[in-house]
Amino acid sequence: MKKLLLGNAAVAQGAYEAGVHFVSSYPGTPSTEITECMAAYPANEVYVEWAPNEKVAAEAVVGAAIAGGRAMSCCKHVGLNVMADPIFTDSYIGVNGGAVFCVADDPGMHSSQNEQDSRHYARAAKMPMLEPSDSAECKEYTKLAFDLSEQFDTPVFIRLSTRVSHSQSLVEIGQRKNRDVKPYEKNIKKNVMMPANAIARHVVVEQRTDELKKYSETTALNTVENNGSKIGVITAGISYQYAKEALGGNVNYLKLGMVYPLPEKLLKDFAASCDEVYVIEELDPFIEDICRSLGIDVKGKECFTMLGEYTPSMIASAVLGKAPAEFDKPDEIVPARPPVLCPGCPHRGTFFVLKKLGLTVSGDIGCYTLGAVAPLASVDTTICMGASISAAHGMAKVRGREFNNKLVSVIGDSTFMHSGITALSDIVYNKGCNTIIILDNSITGMTGHQDNPTTGKTIRGEATKQVDLIKLCEALGVEHIAVADPFDVKNFEKVVKEEVARDDVSVIIAQRPCALLKTVKYTGHCEINTEKCRKCKLCMKLGCPAISVDGEGTVRIDKTQCNGCGLCVSVCPFGAIEKQD
Amino acid sequence: MSKTSTNIMIVGVGGQGTLLASRILGNAVILAGHDVKVSEVHGMSQRGGSVVTYVKYGEAVHSPIIDKGEADIILAFERLEAYRALPWLKKGGKIIVNDQKINPMPVITGAMEYPEGIIEKLSEKADVTALDALSLAEKAGSIKAVNVVLIGVMAKNTDIEHDKWIETVKSTVPPKFLDINIKAFELGYNYNP
Ligand SMILES: Cc1ncc(C[n+]2csc(CCOP(=O)(O)OP(=O)(O)O)c2C)c(N)n1
Repeated sequence: MKKLLLGNAAVAQGAYEAGVHFVSSYPGTPSTEITECMAAYPANEVYVEWAPNEKVAAEAVVGAAIAGGRAMSCCKHVGLNVMADPIFTDSYIGVNGGAVFCVADDPGMHSSQNEQDSRHYARAAKMPMLEPSDSAECKEYTKLAFDLSEQFDTPVFIRLSTRVSHSQSLVEIGQRKNRDVKPYEKNIKKNVMMPANAIARHVVVEQRTDELKKYSETTALNTVENNGSKIGVITAGISYQYAKEALGGNVNYLKLGMVYPLPEKLLKDFAASCDEVYVIEELDPFIEDICRSLGIDVKGKECFTMLGEYTPSMIASAVLGKAPAEFDKPDEIVPARPPVLCPGCPHRGTFFVLKKLGLTVSGDIGCYTLGAVAPLASVDTTICMGASISAAHGMAKVRGREFNNKLVSVIGDSTFMHSGITALSDIVYNKGCNTIIILDNSITGMTGHQDNPTTGKTIRGEATKQVDLIKLCEALGVEHIAVADPFDVKNFEKVVKEEVARDDVSVIIAQRPCALLKTVKYTGHCEINTEKCRKCKLCMKLGCPAISVDGEGTVRIDKTQCNGCGLCVSVCPFGAIEKQD
Repeated sequence: MSKTSTNIMIVGVGGQGTLLASRILGNAVILAGHDVKVSEVHGMSQRGGSVVTYVKYGEAVHSPIIDKGEADIILAFERLEAYRALPWLKKGGKIIVNDQKINPMPVITGAMEYPEGIIEKLSEKADVTALDALSLAEKAGSIKAVNVVLIGVMAKNTDIEHDKWIETVKSTVPPKFLDINIKAFELGYNYNP
């Protein structure tokens, strides 16, 4: 039976069919749905969990594989940075049951803070990497990855990109092959990575790479399509699909399904059979550089950009000199529509207050990064998960007390659990005086509502123990902890003022659930009483998508956008906004 | 360029339900025996930003994305988004637009103005069907069915048979809302500009 599946769902189906026992991941666009789909398979067949961060998830997978299970972890490209430590050493240890690490890059940065190319990790960690180009390959390559992992005693990477992860195409659905967890045997030389043992394992890793290179020469993952042309194209992943559409039968293809290690002889032979060879790959010149190091004369980044996504027309123009299709354009500038905090978002109350108080805001990653968008424009910095706390520590130490008394960190509940705890302990330990606001909206919001250790539910929706943020902060040594509702704007402002002025570290837990949670039931909508409205436009400072001003300065609330959360009602100094049921 | 596919671009504002529309379309196309690729947007832009979905079908589809000047039909859930998508429309292509206005943040803050007369301007350059899909959805029983109304209008402009669409709507939407959605589809399908 064939089914229309997202690339991510197809990876999950592949892992399922391969008999995977254990999946642990931390969410991250565009990889999130793989693990969500895994949780739709029966619990007695696959154990699935959200881990607090990628490093923990990867270590759990390493352990599960050492213990004899087939195991997988999935993350976005920046998640791989967090995973890197265990993975580089797991490469030395190898596996018992197969281990697969699936990483999704985001060319074009649809939902990311950078555009890094994960293929460099395969080379650096000396691990094989497969790269599918559509959903059918997502399934097949994932199954194969588990086999390769066990055959070559190595963890294996699968690399996806946004357009592979989030495109649907047809996939043949197969049966699961149930397999027993392999026996566990204690093996100190292989599994205890201290210098004497690691020195010996490094030798094995280099031999393994040589073996994998031989495999790459003959595997069906790497295919030549000879169309009798003088032009050759070497490509992989989604770029292959773009090239196929753009160039059709006008060129010969070497499609690489295994992007590390590369088949050196196959590359040389393919290049020798053509007069002109292009390497077509989004982001960095990874294949191109290896071709050049082998002495192969290729055209690459001088014809194509390192920035963003490719398109078929871009490729047709670079290789065949073909003009792109004609099109019409609007005769004026069309206003952009950047993402915004949703109507009813609890973060809006927080940023309204922080902006009003003119504080420096050390920001983090989550829906609340949108606190940097006008008119709130409150956030000063966003770096990576957890950095709101640690970066503020650096700022405070360098700029001193006066600066610190106007500085706060904002961090979501999921992000705090991911990597905020260690940063907070740094501040307490090193006598900092920062104020940290934990934006507790009871969910991992940005990536589409995943549970985390603070929500009291597992990925399968079962009740579980719940981290108590107050006790956690107390245990770290924080003596001043306040809980406040960001929609009670007056009180929230008072609490923030008190805590930032304090010459000691303090934590404010801003507690109000995400407006999109099913348990949150705002009703009705708000309306402006035009008699009472003095057109002061204070409500406009909330940056609520439902509130706007017309040409005459009259404020209006769009009923189809408003969910009746009432934040504007509490902000209006003239009582001119009224809640309607 | 190997041009075998029919290209449909669905545009709207994050949260408007464009994903369900693209799923119905994708499944109807399969039922009709075509190869298909659907490229969706998840993540940040679903928070009230511009969202774009590409649906391409034909004998064999390679690239999941549509280039500028290559969309046969643009199905727009909001006026400004239809305008923004114009460069993707093939010369002589069709735009179906829900005549709804949602102000983007730069308009709300007063940094920019929402362009006037978008439908008229688009009509000068393309074959445009504009409709108030929200009231049709309301008539069907819920404004949430606006996406299915729009799919109905679009369905009429494809070579896929009516039965196949109904079968797909039945298998894609939750049973609880089936009646509303079938009504919504028919109102869209029979819409007469
Ligand atoms: C290392 C890393 N992993 C994952 C992500 C993807 N990601 C971005 S924000 C976010 C979660 C945010 O949740 P939370 O902190 O609770 O804030 P909310 O969005 O709910 O406001 C995730 C998982 C990332 N950017 N970096």
